[in-house]
Amino acid sequence: MKYQLNVNGKPVTTEADSDTPLLYVLRDNLGLQGPKYGCGLGQCGACTVLIDGRAVRSCVTSVASLKGGNIVTLEGLGTPEKPHPVQQAFIDEQAAQCGYCINGMVMQSVDLLSKNPRPSEGLIQQALAANLCRCGTHTRIVKAVKRASDALAMIPVKTLKKG
Amino acid sequence: MQRRQFLQAGSGLVVSFSFALNAQGQTQGQITAKSMVKTQVGAWLGMGADGRVTVYSGKVDLGTGVRTALMQMVAEELDVDLSHIDMVMGDTLTTLDQGQSAGSLSLQNGGATLRQAAASARHALLATTASRWQVSVDNLVVNSGVISTRQGDRKISYAALLDGTPLNVPLDPKVPLKAYVDHKIVGQSVARVDIPAKLTGTFVYMHDFKLPGMLHARMIRPSGQGGKLLHVDDSAARKVNGFVKVVRKQDFLAVVCKTEWAAVKAARALKTKWATSDTLPDQAQLYDYWRKLPVAKNEAVIKTGDARQALAGAAKRLQATYDFAPHTHGSIGPSCAVADFKDGSCTVWSASQATHSLQAELATVLDIPKDRIRMVYLDGAGCYGRNGHEDCSGDAALVSQLAGAPVRVQWMRADEHGWDPKSPPTLVDMEGGLDAAGQPVAWRSEFFIAQANGTLEEFPLLAAVLSGVKRNGHYTGNLQKNADVLYQFPNIQTEVHRLADTAFRTSHLRTPGRMQNTFANEAFFDELAAAAGADPLQWRLTYLKEPRARAVLEDVARLSKWQSRPSPLAQTSDDLLRGRGVSFVKYDNERTFVALVAEVEVNRKTGAIRVTDVWCSHDCGQVINPDGAINQIEGGIVQTISRTLLEELHFDRTHVTSTDWASYPILRFPDVPRIHVSLINRPEMPVWGAGEMAPTVVPSAISNAVFDATGVRLRSVPFLPAKVKAAGVA
Repeated sequence: MKYQLNVNGKPVTTEADSDTPLLYVLRDNLGLQGPKYGCGLGQCGACTVLIDGRAVRSCVTSVASLKGGNIVTLEGLGTPEKPHPVQQAFIDEQAAQCGYCINGMVMQSVDLLSKNPRPSEGLIQQALAANLCRCGTHTRIVKAVKRASDALAMIPVKTLKKG
Repeated sequence: MQRRQFLQAGSGLVVSFSFALNAQGQTQGQITAKSMVKTQVGAWLGMGADGRVTVYSGKVDLGTGVRTALMQMVAEELDVDLSHIDMVMGDTLTTLDQGQSAGSLSLQNGGATLRQAAASARHALLATTASRWQVSVDNLVVNSGVISTRQGDRKISYAALLDGTPLNVPLDPKVPLKAYVDHKIVGQSVARVDIPAKLTGTFVYMHDFKLPGMLHARMIRPSGQGGKLLHVDDSAARKVNGFVKVVRKQDFLAVVCKTEWAAVKAARALKTKWATSDTLPDQAQLYDYWRKLPVAKNEAVIKTGDARQALAGAAKRLQATYDFAPHTHGSIGPSCAVADFKDGSCTVWSASQATHSLQAELATVLDIPKDRIRMVYLDGAGCYGRNGHEDCSGDAALVSQLAGAPVRVQWMRADEHGWDPKSPPTLVDMEGGLDAAGQPVAWRSEFFIAQANGTLEEFPLLAAVLSGVKRNGHYTGNLQKNADVLYQFPNIQTEVHRLADTAFRTSHLRTPGRMQNTFANEAFFDELAAAAGADPLQWRLTYLKEPRARAVLEDVARLSKWQSRPSPLAQTSDDLLRGRGVSFVKYDNERTFVALVAEVEVNRKTGAIRVTDVWCSHDCGQVINPDGAINQIEGGIVQTISRTLLEELHFDRTHVTSTDWASYPILRFPDVPRIHVSLINRPEMPVWGAGEMAPTVVPSAISNAVFDATGVRLRSVPFLPAKVKAAGVA
């Protein structure tokens, strides 16, 4: 089957079986390696992407189930030269060890901050409760989300909308 | 030394390679040669005409940040900018075997060699320049890889001096290293070089690596450990779009497809029949089974005075048994490897912590000499010991050989949870005695731990065992370490029994043995202190003599605002009981000192434990990268709280049944405590590790805190709510 998707702001056409999870389409067909395979069960969050701004587990979302929607992956947020404020905050806090889970942490945090720009520490912990990290980087990740929240509050709303 | 001599000095084994690999394992077209003689600087360092320094490290990063720390050590000794260093890690073609990246030894041992190489290079380059310019070496300085006279009238860069010739000078193990007061890069919290790429999806993990024409495979495992394959029916699998073939060698079975998703579907569609037998113990009776096992070997008894006699005469006698459940490594990314078997040789891209020894492990599986196997390391998901990376590398290599094509194997979640090697169970009997004045007169301990025999080459690699290659080793790490205590009691006897089994296919999992042994020692220490009515932290200071041991305890007491009093704390009528506990270790009884205080809340109605705060004082000698060390310490603490409160392997008589995150839960964000780390930096001292030291003391500190809160002693990891209630919390 051929599928038309909108990924990181660009229309793409890709061929896949209808039951293919979005994760495999992104990684294998489109070469986007930000989202990671962690469990294939929607239990860990490593595969998280944004669809219309909401965090979605791409390992349990079949490509056929997508009804349009703008898909954004970790690569779509920013680049090493020009990271997104959330990515920058994680870099500033050195909030990664092996970093395999970090895609999900960033995407989930972007979703959270779009809904609640000034979350408390407790809210951040709740929002990330379904994202697993085995290296134990949790405290730094929470600090990074706090830092991102502060940084985003400094950016004029106009600039954000344009981006 | 003249320039020509750089070329001539290095005789011996030189490797030539037609392509090099950059830090992300991708090929760079160039023909080059480098020394593979460990006594030559050129084996460890290369210097390009562009002034870039390439470091060849046998130790690999594993997501710990040692890549950056090793770069700091080299940059410091060589006087080059950190940004001018490229790291090649674990490529068996170009790096030397420095042993597994395990035991928190990558900086202590691996870094020490790289430092000597860098310092030897700097000395040789300065000596050459001095003789060329007819000046004294003392009159030369180096800045960012440029040598100049102190007056600044003459300058030459390392690169210009070498002019493309290799750095073939001997590595002098006694070369003087920089005095720590001159350190500019070592000791700084340099940002990790891998983190920006990891945050933006541009980092090439093992899981992201691709070869042209690569096929995808998924493994099909026996329905139970030791299962024998009776029948395969691939009629449904063949119908999967992209199916290529099924490969089989005895009980080793995989599907190979054109796409990854096709491989997942074909593996599910393949119908198999296995003969299984009851190879695992009954989980409900695990420790009975364990205690009744025959002893394969006794470690040497560690003895001071006569503990048995002293116990007989003690005014107060305590006895307790501790146990610690088997755990899984639980990597977030299931293991992955890519292999290309061609013309009797095999290249394997792997996230293994031990690429060099893995060459030998794979050689007999593929039936080719080990020097025809090249392992290329790429960072994978964190492994915390030997997880499935090595087995998966064997899978990829054998599938590629059987399929006749380059193949990527990715394990599924159930493969990783079900088939990575486990940490074995531990059982410890403790006995102690106090005299009438409450002074400890006897300490006797008996450890029942898994056997270990054979080298890594005998490790029961899945691809070997399943394909019919015998592997009789039992590999578990140095489980006996930290069985003996450093407390200066008058009578001590420590016995360690190696049992004639491991219960599971085992390997080292972060802090192997030291964590389990220290759990028993440090919790039982508190049992004695409570019986004596003594403050447990003060009691440790009373019986520890080493200044560095005392320093971490005094430091953590200050940090945590420790109030000196015996445990338990007087009870209140609240549902939430609060308490604090301390624990101490000198890792392996020979390096890194850690003291840790945990504060807990115990819900007396539900039995749930929450660790709210942790204070950790940590002395690992000279600190290379303070923030990197703290990141490791924090992570180790969180991971071990998870292991202590939640984790245990579940299994029936044939196989592991905890095969996902629902059946093997780990700690989540809302349950992660505040963590306060104090690094005691001793720049004048040798470098020790920081990866698996802090975890050692976490289970005992929590047990001690729960006792302080509730008066109930927890002696069985994990501290599940039901066990807390059963132990008597009400």
